[in-house]
Amino acid sequence: MSVMTIVQAINNALDIKLAEDKSVVVYGEDAGIEGGVFRVTEGLQKKYGVERVFDSPLAESAIVGAGLGMALSGLRPVVELQFDGFTYPAFNQIISNVSRMNNRSRGRYKVPMVIRFPYGGGINALEHHSESPEALYAHIPGLKVVIPSTPYDAKGLMIAAIESDDPVIFMEPKRIYRAIKQEVNDEKYSIPIGKAKVIHEGTDVTVVAFGAMIRECQKALVMAKEAGISVELIDLRTIYPIDKETIAASVKKTGRIVIVAEAPTSFSVGAELMAIANEEAFLYLEAPPKRVMGFDTIVPLAKGEPFYMITPDRIFYEIERTVKF
Amino acid sequence: MIFNDFNPLEDKTFRIIDNDGKVINNELLPVLDDETVIKAYKAMLFARTADEMAISFQRQGRMYTYPPNNGQEALQIAAGMIMRENDWLVPAFRELGAMLAKGVSMKEIFLYYMGYEEGSNFKNANHVLPICVPIGSQLLHATGIAYSVKLQKKDEVVFPFIGDGGTSEGDFSEALNFASVWKVPVIFTIQNNQYAISVPVRSQTKSVNLAVKSVAFGLPGIKVDGNDFFAMYAAYKEAFEYSKAGNGPVLIEAYTYRKGAHTTSDDPTKYRAKEEELEWEKADPLKRLKKYMEGKGIWKENEEKLIEEYKLEVEKQFTEAENFRPYPLEDVFRYMYTDMPDDLKRQKADYEQFLKWKEIRK
Repeated sequence: MSVMTIVQAINNALDIKLAEDKSVVVYGEDAGIEGGVFRVTEGLQKKYGVERVFDSPLAESAIVGAGLGMALSGLRPVVELQFDGFTYPAFNQIISNVSRMNNRSRGRYKVPMVIRFPYGGGINALEHHSESPEALYAHIPGLKVVIPSTPYDAKGLMIAAIESDDPVIFMEPKRIYRAIKQEVNDEKYSIPIGKAKVIHEGTDVTVVAFGAMIRECQKALVMAKEAGISVELIDLRTIYPIDKETIAASVKKTGRIVIVAEAPTSFSVGAELMAIANEEAFLYLEAPPKRVMGFDTIVPLAKGEPFYMITPDRIFYEIERTVKF
Repeated sequence: MIFNDFNPLEDKTFRIIDNDGKVINNELLPVLDDETVIKAYKAMLFARTADEMAISFQRQGRMYTYPPNNGQEALQIAAGMIMRENDWLVPAFRELGAMLAKGVSMKEIFLYYMGYEEGSNFKNANHVLPICVPIGSQLLHATGIAYSVKLQKKDEVVFPFIGDGGTSEGDFSEALNFASVWKVPVIFTIQNNQYAISVPVRSQTKSVNLAVKSVAFGLPGIKVDGNDFFAMYAAYKEAFEYSKAGNGPVLIEAYTYRKGAHTTSDDPTKYRAKEEELEWEKADPLKRLKKYMEGKGIWKENEEKLIEEYKLEVEKQFTEAENFRPYPLEDVFRYMYTDMPDDLKRQKADYEQFLKWKEIRK
């Protein structure tokens, strides 16, 4: 066991897969010599050489499009896009080709590819560095979308993502890249994609979150406990394929659901979770499903960002309102 | 035409003064009176002073991530001197000198990097687009503006900027192609400062230089010593006359060096050698222009005193930015649409309810 941050845990997962599988390649802007702007790929080029871990020219569409070609011809590329807001030049390749090749070729061409990028706000960043585009990617048929919230999960999910024969969008919560340290197995292990995790059992209300919002929810749970509210906290871990069973079972038990995420509220993963609560547990609901999510606005620059970011007291406020409904 | 004499296919670089400020190409030295040259140097010195202060304010935790401009002043000020009030500046995010020349204030620059969108609302600068972070995308906006200018028969020229890394983006090629096909007045500047964060230009392209990328799209291109104020000025002057006359777009590669970090979050020691930095120090654009002026005996100012004056001015603007009004909740919402949709009004009202609850709980 070693104590790791999320950055180190992902680096460790890449290290393990690069070592055991010659078909794995890792590249992106600044991913080679520098080891990425967040140092997630640090040291890997030195260890595995410039042919397997390298800097690409600055072109996100090319990074993903060329990665698709590699994936179709025997490699397992793990490509890095530098920030959430810089993934959009690659959007055409992702939505038009990466997500479709398996279906288009009737299963002849699989796409064992991971597209990883840091996402989310709360770091006082410039524009395009604070976004949560999980709904954009989860809405595309043919993609898996994964978001870890802890170092342990980050490692296990990354290994599962690299081993997946389908393309995986792997979103890394940059705000907690180094904020959480945890004991992580040094050996290889994987966490199945598509399985949510109940991280705190409770009876009054189900709270579903993922990524950096888990930590905020855990703080809200302390406030809820003081107020005598028993919260069941679910870490979604995979956005798609979404784990309906875990969510439905929990909502049936508690009768209430509060969804916490940073992305804009409308047409979001939160909307999907509300649909699941309604479709799968309608007769058990004792209060309207509630979303505690970002405004339908651009994430403000640093001075306005505190309004936008979801805080523990705001989560608690909505938990309490939902329970008292 | 200078552009014909410096064929990028032959990897020629247009240069007028050397590192010692000596004129090596007298024939092409632009005709500028002493006063104008002194003014240019002062503008460069102001930009550098302001830039250095911005870095130090960032280090003091008084503003957020900032992209330094140190070393790239000559080309930016040269562009700034050519641009007229109605010409368009379409920046990426490392064009401080050009923005100041167009009338953007340091207060606005500071506001932006302190985290106020209001810093992109340039009160006294005409035709300057906000900083554009998605790499290369702004070149297409410039091309569209130029089409609009042409269609409306306006006397305006568009000046977009991009870095060396940005030339790898599809948008770069698409913008050059559109501008060339449409024959519109755009002067594309590539600030080739040798690095896209950590990636050196030799890993970015196998083209012999970046100006050569103009050839395939059928527009004139030239590689210019970007640290040579006179060469940059002469190239811009000619490009400006050419585009303004309706001949279409031009590509200028300003060959320069980012003396500092990519941003204040970056550490260049990870990817480049000290020796390289020292080598480029010899080509520093301010030192070169000053040596030229000293050689000609036209520089009589007390530079230290001048810097002190500039510092006071920058400090004053920084203080104004620091004392800017608190950020109201309203500002998160009010510029999303011309008329705020009801749903956004509700989201704002809900949040205000939460704030009230929070106040009571205190």
